[in-house]
Amino acid sequence: MTDAIELPIAANSDVVLVRQRVRTSAQQVGLSLVDQTKVVTAASELARNTLVYAGGGRVRIEVVGNGARGGLRLTFADEGPGIPDLELALTDGWTTGGGLGLGLSGSRRLVDEFDLDSEPGKGTRVTVVKWAR
Amino acid sequence: MERVPILKLGDVLIVSIQIDLQDQGVLALQEDLADAVVESGARGVIIDISAVEIVDSFIGRMLATIASISRVLDAETIVVGMRPAVAITLVELGLSLGGVRTALNLEKGVALLEDRDNARAVAVPR
Ligand SMILES: Nc1ncnc2c1ncn2[C@@H]1O[C@H](COP(=O)(O)OP(=O)(O)O)[C@@H](O)[C@H]1O
Ligand SMILES: [Mg+2]
Repeated sequence: MTDAIELPIAANSDVVLVRQRVRTSAQQVGLSLVDQTKVVTAASELARNTLVYAGGGRVRIEVVGNGARGGLRLTFADEGPGIPDLELALTDGWTTGGGLGLGLSGSRRLVDEFDLDSEPGKGTRVTVVKWAR
Repeated sequence: MERVPILKLGDVLIVSIQIDLQDQGVLALQEDLADAVVESGARGVIIDISAVEIVDSFIGRMLATIASISRVLDAETIVVGMRPAVAITLVELGLSLGGVRTALNLEKGVALLEDRDNARAVAVPR
C-alpha cells in the first residue's frame, strides 16, 4: 500500500502547508493525537531547514504499510550546500543559523525511523517514518 | 501578513494565537508584543496557545524571548492553555522553555498575575 504526494518547499507559506498536509495524512493512517503532534512538529522543523539552509526543496509524504500497521514516511530533499559533519549537525544545540539547534536532533527523537543523508555541494535528504501503534 | 491582535485588559496584555502562523508572523508578534509592553507599561503578558496545534523550536524560541524581554521591562509572561500533546512533544523535542511560566487556562493565568501584584503590594507598602 503506497499513497504519496509531493509538495514544494519554496516559501514560508509552504512550511505551513506541509504541516497541514502531514497532519491530514497522519490522521488518515490512524496515528494517535500525540503521535500526530510529534510528526507534524518534526515536519515543521525539517521543512524550515530545507527552506532556510538550502533555499528550498521538496517533501514527499507517503502513507506506508507493513501488513498489520500503517505509517507515514516523509522525505525532505534539497540540492542545497549539504551538511559537512552529520554527527555535529545532529548534536542538540548545534546551529549555524542562530537557531536553537534542535531541529534535526529533536526531530530524530520525535519519530520512529530517522535517516540523514547529505553530501557537501550536492544536497541533503532527510527521511523519517512514524508508525501507528 | 497575518497579525495576531493584542488586547489590553487593565495592565495586562492578552494575546490569543488562533491561526497557524508563518515564521514571519511569529517574529511580528514578538516585535508587536515588545512594543506594546513598552508603550502600555503592562505588568503582565498572557499568551493563550489553546488553539495552537504544535509548538516547534521557532515558536518555542519566540515564547522564551517574549518572556525575557518582558522580564527586563518588569512584566511577567504567562503562557496558558498548552495542549497535553503539545507539552509532551515539546519535552521530547528538547525545548525546556526555561523562564516561561505556564498556567492551565486564561483564568488561572490571570490569577497568577494577581497573586504577584498582591505580593508586591505587601512587599512595598505605599
Ligand atoms: N537541509 C539542510 N541543508 C544544509 N544544512 C542544514 C540542513 N538542515 C540542517 N542543516 C544544518 O544543520 C544545523 C542544525 O539544524 P537544526 O538542528 O535544525 O538546528 P537550527 O535550524 O536551529 O540551526 C543547521 O544550523 C544547519 O547548519
Ligand atoms: Mg532547524
